[in-house]
Amino acid sequence: MSAAAPTSSHFKDNVHEALRNAPLQKALGHVRANFIERRAEAVRRLPEFERLRDSARDIKDHTLAHLDLYLEAYEGKLGELGGQLHYALTAKDAVDVVLSLCRERGAKSVTKGKSMISEEIGLNDALESAGIEAIETDLGEYIIQLRGEAPSHIIAPAVHVNGEEVAEEFRRAHLHLPAGRDLSEPVQLLAEARGVLRDKFLNADVGITGANFLVAETGTSIIVTNEGNGDLTQILPKVHIVIASLDKIVPTLEDAAQILRVLARSATGQDMSVYTTLSSGPRRPTDPDGPEEYHVVLLDNGRSLMLGGEFEDMLRCIRCGACMNHCPVYHAVGGHAYGWVYPGPMGAVLTPTLIGVAEGGQLPNASTFCGRCEEVCPVRIPLPKMMRHWREREFERHLSPATLRYGLAFWAFFAKRPTLYRFASDIAMRALSLVGRNKGRFAALPLAGAWTRYRDFPAPQGATFQSRWRAKSGRVK
Amino acid sequence: MSPRNEILANIRASLGVTGTEATRRLEVDDRIQRAPAGVIPARGQGDAAAIAATFKLEAERAQASVAEVSRAADVPAEIARYLRDANLPASLRMGEDPRLAAMPWGETAIEVARGPSDGHDLNGASAAFAAVAETGTLALCSGPENPTTINFLPDNHIVVVFAGDIVADYENVWKKLRAGYGKGVMPRTVNLVTGPSRSADIEQTLLLGAHGPRRLHIVIVRDG
Repeated sequence: MSAAAPTSSHFKDNVHEALRNAPLQKALGHVRANFIERRAEAVRRLPEFERLRDSARDIKDHTLAHLDLYLEAYEGKLGELGGQLHYALTAKDAVDVVLSLCRERGAKSVTKGKSMISEEIGLNDALESAGIEAIETDLGEYIIQLRGEAPSHIIAPAVHVNGEEVAEEFRRAHLHLPAGRDLSEPVQLLAEARGVLRDKFLNADVGITGANFLVAETGTSIIVTNEGNGDLTQILPKVHIVIASLDKIVPTLEDAAQILRVLARSATGQDMSVYTTLSSGPRRPTDPDGPEEYHVVLLDNGRSLMLGGEFEDMLRCIRCGACMNHCPVYHAVGGHAYGWVYPGPMGAVLTPTLIGVAEGGQLPNASTFCGRCEEVCPVRIPLPKMMRHWREREFERHLSPATLRYGLAFWAFFAKRPTLYRFASDIAMRALSLVGRNKGRFAALPLAGAWTRYRDFPAPQGATFQSRWRAKSGRVK
Repeated sequence: MSPRNEILANIRASLGVTGTEATRRLEVDDRIQRAPAGVIPARGQGDAAAIAATFKLEAERAQASVAEVSRAADVPAEIARYLRDANLPASLRMGEDPRLAAMPWGETAIEVARGPSDGHDLNGASAAFAAVAETGTLALCSGPENPTTINFLPDNHIVVVFAGDIVADYENVWKKLRAGYGKGVMPRTVNLVTGPSRSADIEQTLLLGAHGPRRLHIVIVRDG
């Protein structure tokens, strides 16, 4: 799976596959077990957390409402620093800029810090096709690159992979190491990746990172990492290329600090990620290290058209992953089922805007509307509301499946006729209760195969809620 | 139309603005000039002693080790002790920071190398520009005094913090940067470092020592 070939329109098939995938189901247990409790503990330790969420939301809203002017301010500052800004209207434009920068410098090897924009524009495939070795250096990204997969989580890209699968992959890829080495513990896997990638860092011609923030006040890009790979990627090669989307702009360092206070806590439950790195232009004349060139590729890819519309709130997203960490649907099927770069609730909203409702329109249905995503979102994006917007659009455009459309029309016919509805549901419940009274549940039901494939359907007790309510209180409001 | 102008035109069309509205420009210029602080957690605040204590506590929570010495002259002996206790060779790479250079390294067995790291150093030392109590975070600035490669390539990173440079929150680091470099001016790299390098990418198990230093040791100089 790559960014170029989304499978989001096969969401239902993807889900069935994911539910049958035993190693995936085992790996998903780690998401449920770890992320939720760690975030909750970090929030408990910071009484100002809810106010910081408001502050982060307000900063993002203010910036988006003045985005043209903050962009101009950022551009001016970056120019003063000797950095070069490249605007890219589409994913292809961004890829072309990066490719020509690499080609003009005769680059053979590129190290990469973790970047979702890189996934969105399909940069690795393009680099490889151009004969340039692209090496992902974030441990999780490195693992999935070896496996030829896309990330299944925006901050934990290899969350779907188990330790023994990593060991298997390392044995296949690192043929220069002794075949009989012990790789049974995660710490051994980490040490091996550190050693292999250290050489790559030292020999790369170009380093590419993403950005968590672009600061208008100072022309600075900021990345947040735990491993230090993003830093080795940008300080060792001669050229540092930052790829970032428009929505990463913030006005000042103070504004970045507000958002930093909710970012790591929402993502991994750390108070602060290990490395928050502020990079401003290329190395200075007296600097003994750092890149000689500093480029920023600023990607639009449809975002400028989201402003002012019903999906504008989505541009506040800071890519922490809290929504998917708390999503029962994500817990059940993992990230790959969503079929493109961005999974979970944020992906369900963003994907149709980026690749179209025809391709990504099924994703907003991947929700129970439990609302946990909105409850934990550090910038208070109303994710369920926006998923409803998409469902409405999908329905209006007749893109939802025929069974759903006919089913809804059938239900609507009765729902508009209360007497008939009560009469019909009374009969149906009595009938089901009669048929199911021996076992008390159904292992299979006509028209409900999708439900009963994974669990039994409880047999009704014989009366509907409405008739029992009537019997109890003597009236229905 | 250039991609730049097309993107700006799209943004302005979506927002229903022209980009020339005086009130919008004023608002943006004012925010960038004033850089208003938002919500600042109480956790890092207090008098100098309280701030230093919070910094130590939070840095240790982030798995750094912290030692305190009373004078700058005591730093080499503390670092020698740390290297000995960790069974590490008595070698140390550092930049040209005058505060580090003035310390009596000759009184210890430590062999000092100067300049940026090329990846062959086990131990590196830096002097912090500032330290943040709120989350036990170090602020390190690039330059010949403290080359950025020393923050990442050596296995063991030792950072000297002068007590007077410990501040309550990130906002005070920005203030110190503006005072030291000028408003809107930054060193090439500012590294905010909170604990040693780590990864939880394999089965969500937290492991120290990913690509950056495996150990982070902080030496606080009380009279500094």
